Amino acid sequence: MARTAIQLDPNTGPPAPRRRSRVGDRVFKGASATVAVGLLALLALLLGDLAVGGARAFAKFGLGFITGRNWNPVFGREQFGALPFIFGTLVTSAIATVLAVPVSVGLAVLLSEVHSGWLRNPLAVFVDLLAAIPSVVYGLWGLFIMKPVFDHRVEPFLSATVGKVPVVGALFRGNPNGGDLFTAGVILAIMILPTVTAVTREVVATVPRELLEGAQALGATRYETLRMAVLPYSRSGIVGATMLGLGRALGETIAVSLVVGNGLGIGASLFKPGYTIPAVIASEFREATNVGVHRSGLLALAVLLVVIAFVMAALSRLLLRRSVRLMGGSATVAAERAAFQVNG
Amino acid sequence: MSDLNAWFGTNLVLRDVSMTAQPQAVTAVIGPSGCGKSTFIRCLNRMHEEVRGAGASGKVLFDGQDIYGPDVDPVDIRRRIGMVFQRPNPFPTMTVLDNAVAGLKLAGRMTRPELRERGERALRAAGLWEEVKDRLGEPGGKLSGGQQQRLCIARALAVEPEVLLMDEPASALDPASTLRIEELIEELKEEYTVVIVTHNMQQAARVADWTMFLLSGEVVEHGPTRKIFTQPDDKRTEDYVTGRFG
Repeated sequence: MARTAIQLDPNTGPPAPRRRSRVGDRVFKGASATVAVGLLALLALLLGDLAVGGARAFAKFGLGFITGRNWNPVFGREQFGALPFIFGTLVTSAIATVLAVPVSVGLAVLLSEVHSGWLRNPLAVFVDLLAAIPSVVYGLWGLFIMKPVFDHRVEPFLSATVGKVPVVGALFRGNPNGGDLFTAGVILAIMILPTVTAVTREVVATVPRELLEGAQALGATRYETLRMAVLPYSRSGIVGATMLGLGRALGETIAVSLVVGNGLGIGASLFKPGYTIPAVIASEFREATNVGVHRSGLLALAVLLVVIAFVMAALSRLLLRRSVRLMGGSATVAAERAAFQVNG
Repeated sequence: MSDLNAWFGTNLVLRDVSMTAQPQAVTAVIGPSGCGKSTFIRCLNRMHEEVRGAGASGKVLFDGQDIYGPDVDPVDIRRRIGMVFQRPNPFPTMTVLDNAVAGLKLAGRMTRPELRERGERALRAAGLWEEVKDRLGEPGGKLSGGQQQRLCIARALAVEPEVLLMDEPASALDPASTLRIEELIEELKEEYTVVIVTHNMQQAARVADWTMFLLSGEVVEHGPTRKIFTQPDDKRTEDYVTGRFG
């Protein structure tokens, strides 16, 4: 082996700092620190204002604000219990996630693993376009086109088939007419599909070639490669993508309020009208005055929504931490980034 | 194998390569970077074509059957011709034992005790058993680099292939691990036909019975290792093995 002597000249200290770049560094550091702190301050201010605004409602109803099932804004008979909205928000978002995630993962794998084929590019563009459609358009389409089809075809069909199955069937029984949780969940699924697909695609693209080849060299078919190498490696990222989608679903307002039926019921059936936190805020903010505690009630609802979103983000980070211990890698980074965005 | 050509897109990487790998012997493929060594070895189990735009033509006879024949399934070929890569690539989320038997799980139904027994045999064959027998449940990514590479060898051996291809299996490892892998190759040739790509000539001289020198996608010389290194027929081979270029 060749020997190379590395000589250090004792007279040469560290190179003299270039003045200009140091000034530039400082300016940049100051500017970014200001923006960062400002952003945090803004968030704190927002949460603080919401909390202060909602304080009257919380003070008047206490825990009953969360557990109460009755919401009556008529002054004099005011009663504010947010449970139906919490229920509706969680249920519609859950439906959306359950429906959208498998489809998204399938799409993402198709788009990133399939090398050729005429379908690939049009499909990718189409999925991205789904993300660009304003939500009010989804809502209108859902109200005038999708809802009738669901009322007359899809939901009666589900009632007659899945509805007969014990336990699970309870979800699919009941009067299919009118807006309901299920229809809202399906609309939400379509809306979050592009988001979840896009993030999952990024994650799947970070699976190292070596890992794919390792599986292929063992004689794995495409599907087996997917199960052996791609999905295990992407798992944490897919959780992140799911949480990002869930975050969108939780906050979606217009489309949901058009099709969810705006009813206060809480029950097993998904075919009953429901109501979500964003939907009730959007439909009642105009009448909400400070004469009673109506306005405060809506602000308190907003606080609840933020809390729900935070809890979901925290849960996803917990979920991720478990798989992070198994491995590092960019899939995890992408997932963490996605999980963070749920907060915003 | 005869007249093997391989390309990436419009870039022809291998030109009319013909050679025979002797059974129960180690054949080393040497040559400077970019000469097509890796492409060559990846053609032998049809891994080359997995890269987008890549393709190959020619004949690769394996047990008298052309693996590029029209009704040959590359998946079957890869189950009979195992491969170890340059960088250790155990499945990070699987345990050590699951990694070792990953190929067996693909091949068909086996009970857990059977899998465990075959896994142990493969890990022993790869010289890893003593080091990991108490860590079988740990994720494969937690082993050291050299151990990971031997785990990959165990994974390839577990399915009992007929040929083992190794693409610079020691280039990402430290000298001690490299030595361990070389000893292992020495043992493996009792049972397997081994083809190894290396750009470390000492390694070729140490482990190989036969050596093939590739340059710009063409075979310059192929013969017994001793001859290639001591009295090569071709001037270019001599220049390369004596370190005058490459």
